[in-house]
This record gives sequence, C-alpha cells and structure tokens, in this order.
Amino acid sequence: MTALRHILAVLLLALALISAPAFEARADDDAADPFAGLTSQSFDDVAQALTALAVSGNKQAGPTVTALQNEALFVTPDMALLIKTDDSYVNARTGEKVADVNEDDLSPVRVNNAVRAAIEAAKGGLDLVSTDVAARAHAAEQLFASHDAAALPLLATALIAEKDAGVRAIMLQAQAAALLSSDTGTEAEQLAAIATLRARGDIESKALLGSLHDKSPAVAAAAAAAISSLNQLEQIWGVAQGVFYGVSLGSVLLLAAAGLAITFGVMGVINMAHGEMVMLGAYTTYTVQSVIASVAPQWAGLSILLSVPLAFLVSGLVGVLIERCMIRFLYGRPLETLLATWGLSLVLQQAIRSIFGSSNRDVLTPAWMAGATRLGGLTITYNRLYIIIFAVIVIAALMAVLRYTALGLRMRAVTQNRRMAAAMGIRTPWIDALTFGLGSGVAGMAGVALSQIDNVSPNLGQSYIIDSFMVVVFGGVGNLWGTVVSAMTLGIVNKFLEPFAGAVLGKIVVLVALILFIQRKPRGMFPLKGRAVEQ
Amino acid sequence: MAASCSTSTRPSFARWLRGTALAVATTALTLGAFAPAQAADTIKVGILHSLSGTMAISETTLKDVMLMLIEQQNKKGGLLGKKLEAVVVDPASNWPLFAEKAKELINVDHVAAVFGCWTSVSRKSVLPVFKETNNILFYPVQYEGEESEKNVFYTGAAPNQQAIPAVDYLMSKDGGSVKRWVLAGTDYVYPRTTNKILEAYLKAKGVAADDIMINYTPFGHSDWQNIVADIKKFGSAGKKTAVVSTINGDANVPFYKELGNQGIKATDIPVVAFSVGEEELAGIDTKPLVGHLAAWNYFESVKSPINTAFINEWHEFTKKPKRTTNDPMEAAYIGFNMWIKAVQKAGTTDQTKVIDAMIGVAVPNLTGGLSTMMPNHHITKPVLIGEVKADGQFNVVWSTPGTVVANEWSPYLEGSKDLIADWRAPMSCGNFNVKSGKCGGSASN
Repeated sequence: MTALRHILAVLLLALALISAPAFEARADDDAADPFAGLTSQSFDDVAQALTALAVSGNKQAGPTVTALQNEALFVTPDMALLIKTDDSYVNARTGEKVADVNEDDLSPVRVNNAVRAAIEAAKGGLDLVSTDVAARAHAAEQLFASHDAAALPLLATALIAEKDAGVRAIMLQAQAAALLSSDTGTEAEQLAAIATLRARGDIESKALLGSLHDKSPAVAAAAAAAISSLNQLEQIWGVAQGVFYGVSLGSVLLLAAAGLAITFGVMGVINMAHGEMVMLGAYTTYTVQSVIASVAPQWAGLSILLSVPLAFLVSGLVGVLIERCMIRFLYGRPLETLLATWGLSLVLQQAIRSIFGSSNRDVLTPAWMAGATRLGGLTITYNRLYIIIFAVIVIAALMAVLRYTALGLRMRAVTQNRRMAAAMGIRTPWIDALTFGLGSGVAGMAGVALSQIDNVSPNLGQSYIIDSFMVVVFGGVGNLWGTVVSAMTLGIVNKFLEPFAGAVLGKIVVLVALILFIQRKPRGMFPLKGRAVEQ
Repeated sequence: MAASCSTSTRPSFARWLRGTALAVATTALTLGAFAPAQAADTIKVGILHSLSGTMAISETTLKDVMLMLIEQQNKKGGLLGKKLEAVVVDPASNWPLFAEKAKELINVDHVAAVFGCWTSVSRKSVLPVFKETNNILFYPVQYEGEESEKNVFYTGAAPNQQAIPAVDYLMSKDGGSVKRWVLAGTDYVYPRTTNKILEAYLKAKGVAADDIMINYTPFGHSDWQNIVADIKKFGSAGKKTAVVSTINGDANVPFYKELGNQGIKATDIPVVAFSVGEEELAGIDTKPLVGHLAAWNYFESVKSPINTAFINEWHEFTKKPKRTTNDPMEAAYIGFNMWIKAVQKAGTTDQTKVIDAMIGVAVPNLTGGLSTMMPNHHITKPVLIGEVKADGQFNVVWSTPGTVVANEWSPYLEGSKDLIADWRAPMSCGNFNVKSGKCGGSASN
C-alpha cells in the first residue's frame, strides 16, 4: 500500500512537470538534499528518500534509482554517493566521474523488499505517461491494485490522451476501483463502476466488490449480485483451471512413461533404470546449455531446442548399449532383469554424481518459456503449455514411427511373433536393441522437458519411475493409446483430489484406487487382444 | 540396497578387517589378564554422513568440512599430543543403516566422538546406540527441537533460533508488516513440529485463524501449480501475506520455479525458507527469486575476518574456488572446535568426562561472535535474515543484536512448555518438568 502511495506521488509530480516546467526549478530549491536519506542504515529511510528523490525532479534521480536497482550504488565514509559503472565510479549527486576510489571503504546502499517496492514505484509511476504501451498498461494495473481515490484526477488526465484501447480499458477499471473505494461519485457512477469490475472479474475485483457493504442500498445490492455471478463464473473457470492443471500433470506423466510404454509395454522388459534415462536427458540439456553459453551465448535461448535431439541420441545410445551388454542375456527372466536394471540405475546415479557433483544443476528457462498468460479466468503458465505441446508432438511422432516406418513395422512384427519375424529375415536381436534404444531415447527427451520444471539432480529419475510404471500398467501393457488415456486420467484425478484431500492424501487415494482397479482388471484399461498376448 | 552397499564396500571392508583383527587382539589380551591398553597413538573421530542416496546432496559437504577441520587440527599439533584420525562411513541415506554404521564406528573403530546425521529420523535412529555405548554425537543441522539427550550436542538451530525471529522480522515494518501467513511444508516431523510452534506463536501474537493457511506436500513434490495458485488467491485478500516455507530441499526448485512463472514476486508475497541455503540455490536460476528470504545463523556473504579465512581455507582444501559454504558447515565447525576445547579441558577423550566438560565451552562462530554450549546441550547463536540476491548469495537484511539461547522445549507447545533440560549435576535431566518437579514428566519421546 505504501508502495502505491509512492507511485501516486511520483505520478502527480510527473503530470505537474509536464504541465508546468517552471515547477522543476522550485522543487530543486525546496529540497535540501534529496540524496541524504539514501545513506541511512534504515530501510524505511532509504525507501522514503527514494520516493522523495523521484519526485524531486533532480536530473540525477533516474540514474541513481537505476543504480540502486542494479545494486551499484555505494556510500563512502564521508557520505558521498557513488554509482559504479563498468570501469569507474560516478558521483550520484553530480554525475561527475570520481577518481581514486578506495573500494574497501565503500559500503553498498542496502536493498530489501520494502526498498525494492519503492524502486519499482519510482520507476513505474512515471510510466503512466510513457510512450511505451506496455509500460502504460503496467502502470495502470498498479493503479488498479492500489485503488486509491487520489489517483482519480491523474487517471482522468491520462484517459483523455490515451489512444490504445487495451490500456484505456485498464485505466477505466483503475478509475472504477478508485471511485468505489472513495466516497466520491454519484450512485449512477458507482453502479457503472461495479459493472466495470464485474466485467473484469478477477480475484482483486471480487475482493473490492466484497468491501462495499456500507454503500447505499442500491450500490450494495448491485455489488452482492456481481459477487454471486462472479462466484458462479469462478466455479466454472475453476473446473477449467483444474482440467488444465490435470492435463499438464498428465503430460508430464505421459512424457515420463512414453519410453517405458515401449521398453516395458512392447518389449516386456522391467527396466528399473528407466528413470535414469530421463535423468541422462536432463543432464544432456544442462551440458548443451553450458557448452552453448561458452561457445555462442547469443543462442542461449535456443539451447533447449538443440537439447531435444541430442538427449534422444545420448539416452538412446546408452539404451542400445544396455540392451546389448546386459538385457539381452536376461530375456524371459523378469526377476533377474528387475534386479540387474535396478543395480544399473544406482550405478548410473553414482556415475552422474561423480561427474557432475551431487548438487542440483541449474538449467535456465529461456525467456519465451517463462511467465504466464491469462485466458478468460484461466492462468496458463508458458512452461506447462509448452510441455503439453511437446508431449503431443512426442507421442504423435512415436506413433508415426511405430505405424509408418520400416523399423516400426519390424518392431511390431518381432514383439508379436518373434519366430515368424526371424523366419521372414528380420534380424531380431538388432530390432530388440533398436526398440530398447527408441524407448530410452524417448525417456531422454522427457528429461529435457522435466529439466524445466524439476531438479536436475542425480535423483531426478527416481521420483518418476513409480509414476511411470503406474501409468503404463493402468493404461494396459503394450498399448500406447492406453498410456495416453491413463496418464491424462491420473493427472486430472490427482489434481481434482488435491484441493479436497491435500497433496499427500490425494496421492494415497489415487494409489489405492489404482490397486483396486488392477485387482479387477489386471491387464489395465485397454488390454491387448489377440494371439500375440496368449503366449 | 545391494548396490548402495557395494559403493561403500571397499573402505569399510578394509576397516572391518582391521577392526576385527583389533577386536580379536584385544580379546586375547584381556583373556591374558592384561589391561586393555589404549594402544592406538591416534584419536579417532567418526564421520557419519550419507555419501550416496538422496541425502548425499547435502551431507557430502559436511564430510568434506570435517576432513578439512581434522587436517587443520593435525597441522596445529593434533589433540593431547596425538594426531586425529578421521573414520568415514557411508550410511547411504538409509536410516537403519545409520544405527548400524554408528555401532561400527563406536564398537569396532573405538572413535572418541562422532560428527554426523542430517535428517531428524537419522538422528532418532542412532540415539539408542549412543545412549547404550555412552559415546558423543555432534548434530550440526537446524531441527524441530523437542529433544535434549545426554549424549548428543546440537550445534544447529532450535526453532526459536530460526523460525520465530524470521516471523518477527516479517511482522516488523522493515519486513513489510505481514498480517496473513501461509505455512507450507514437506510432510514430515520437522515441518509439522515447526509449524505447530509457529501457529501457536502467531495466534499468541493476535493473528486470526482465518489468516493462517497450512499446507503439506509429500517429499520431492514437483507439481505446485494449484498450491501456488491457492497461495496467490490467499494473498489477494487485501492484507500483506507471506509464506513461511519448511519445504525440504528437493521440492524447492519446482516450487520456486512455479512461483516465478505465476508471477509472484518477493515484493508481493515474500517466501521465507528455513531449509534453503547457498547449496540449494546453486540449482536454481535465482534472478526471479530476488528478495525471497531465508533465516539462518550463518550466510556465506557474512563479512567477518574469521569467515573470510574459513572460506579461503575451504576453497583451498576442496581445490574448488567457487564452492559455497553454508549454515550446517558453520555448525559442524563450531561443534568440532567445542569438542577440541572440551577434550583439552578434560585432559582426556573419555566420553563421560568430555560430556561434563562441554557445558560452558565457548568458541568463536563464523559471524564474528562467540557461541557457548549451554546446559541443555544446545548452543547460543545469532539469527540472521537474508534476502536472495541475483548471484545466488544472501544479502543480510536483519540480525539479532546478540546471540539467542535455544529453547529445546518450545514454550508454545502444550506438551513441552513446562519442560527444561539441564545436564549439569545434580539435575542431569533432558526433560525436567518444572510443574511436577520430576525428570521425564512428559515428553514427546
């Protein structure tokens, strides 16, 4: 709230400066030393000084605020303020270069959340009259959040000049909010304001509408009606939001399980090292990112795209290697396979721990994958949206490979009737190796996606192995469509249970329900039919 | 299990052989009516930290810092004229294995003291071993309190040395005058107990029940979408809101990533964490997290000559010029130096005498003050609040004027408010009930 008052103060002054340039000189005379407070040890003093400085009209205000934001503002023992530039120091008060600075004597101007809010306000407040549309929209949003009656004249002035329809709409909403939280305006104006807020319909609008009990009966009734209609809307949007969360969790599960649907579902290998293939994919992403950062930093945002095929290759090759060196000796012996692959998973984890160290690795989120957007009443985070799209592409590609390529045809032939396939001249051992490699490679691609939302640590795979088996078994072993439906079902059920049961109990309920389901239908939702299954 | 054992087989097998040989020899000597003389010319120190499995991420560092401290002490001439010898075992993040390995350290290697454990459950698992053999455990991690044992010295923070000052800061004007609280934690004993204490404390401070939201998630929780959305909703009720996070290590990365993506900034809803330090931040892009807080008793960024020296030695020892230091490392450092001082004071490594000599020992901590071992087997510590900086370090924005004495039994919990611990004679009790005047009146264990 105080931050918003800072904004208002800055805004008022900004408008004053535009309308009356003469004011600038007077402000300069009045202020004793607008910089003095910045040297204080108290955060509150610094925040207040910052606001005062921003409205002082001092030419050095802008650079000083920017410097503070970048933590490049320092105090000398004799209370001079210095801005650190790339190669030297500049006096914050005068903007002149300072020679002979002893860095040991400097102490930085300390910043905490309160000061940071004041910085944002100081920078943002001027933006309502900015030439940049996005900056104006941001400033209007901040005013909406403050809903302070003092902003009304500012908004009125800004509205006259505003041409952009989007920004205009936000300014009108801010005006409505400010009007309703003050006692100004006629009843008709207040009713119109309620309609504006009802149309906006977000959490903040609802909170504001909920505070209108002491208005005139007509206004209070309109507010109550608006709230109940918003509540209904919110419930509908809430369901849609739940479905989005569920689909997003489902696609993470699907990505993690897709590779297993090949190795376990199609080949019947219980591969406990599946999670480690995912982990290898995530570490490939990290490695690619590090290499690109040192070779071609300008392409850093694209490193994740390059990681997808590389992760497929790395995990796929490791998969082929595992099949050739270990699993082929264990076909038809599920217990030995289980133990051997589990041992292998621990070996791989420890190997990664030895190479990369035990601490988490930082995989950067490219700018185009960060943040969120609003779609009606939905909040959609970009990284989740891209993961859903990625899951769709991966599954479509996988199905296409299985159905339309020669390799896919041979894979299906070998898994359905190995002897007959061999008799037709298919080199079954190589098909086994390639199938296992394909499953592992898909797991590696899942690792690229998971590196965006989870830890990149040697334990990454462990947390997904149980979920992956759950998805494949529930969907029906050997059926890719079953895996898709099962991942989405589990994701959505989980997300709808979570609000009621809590995350811990929700997980337990899903597991118990799954066990009961498997008791009734041991082959999952979509069991394979036909002779191949009977063997 | 098989493979995790095999990773640690070689060193421990060799030790086992040596140990068995020694045991056989000792038995032979005893049978021959000789006194079992302390033949060894070194003093053995046990290090019980997981080097593999899920906890390796945190505990490996503590093993390294212990090795460094022992090497330094040996350079200074050792202890009581003897060299120190580190005995490292790997309990592999497996709680029952902690007890087994502790037994091995004490009964086979005859260590003078053990430095180890991270999670509370591993500490609880080794407690009976230390009681039975009357050995000493130094526990270097912040924990939920509600415990004081004769054989354990707790050099990490109790809740009142971390959680409560953090809440006080957020309630203050500088901290943003927070009125509404989300207590989010991983579902195990430390967050549950800490949140119980915090809830009672907040209510005592006049916070309404409606203004407190409590949420638990499983270990390694990675899908935070709706929980973060709920927090956002809870925080938009017009009152300044903060999140107090006792979320455990691995779940933090996806939690902070989701906060960033849903656009929750520290200036809107600050998150103060008790389990996130420099080490954990190493795995996160910290730019969207600037301003979120952590409460500890030490930060790497603390400016003091002793800390600078420690960091330099650490970099030299590990040969990694960027390796971070963190709070449990400082606790290990304090614990080790206290043990050295107590042994010198007692003139022997005999555990009974050292346990008595420990109380009142004061050593410098890394923030430039002195930490003292109190009769409740906990130490005095300063409390610091730091804000995350863009480079993954913390900027200390608040600290207690002096050191804080630990409340091992929280005064805010029904079951423990009448209990005190004092291991000096004649009381010598870890849970003395001041109402009934009896030892072991009522306790959580």
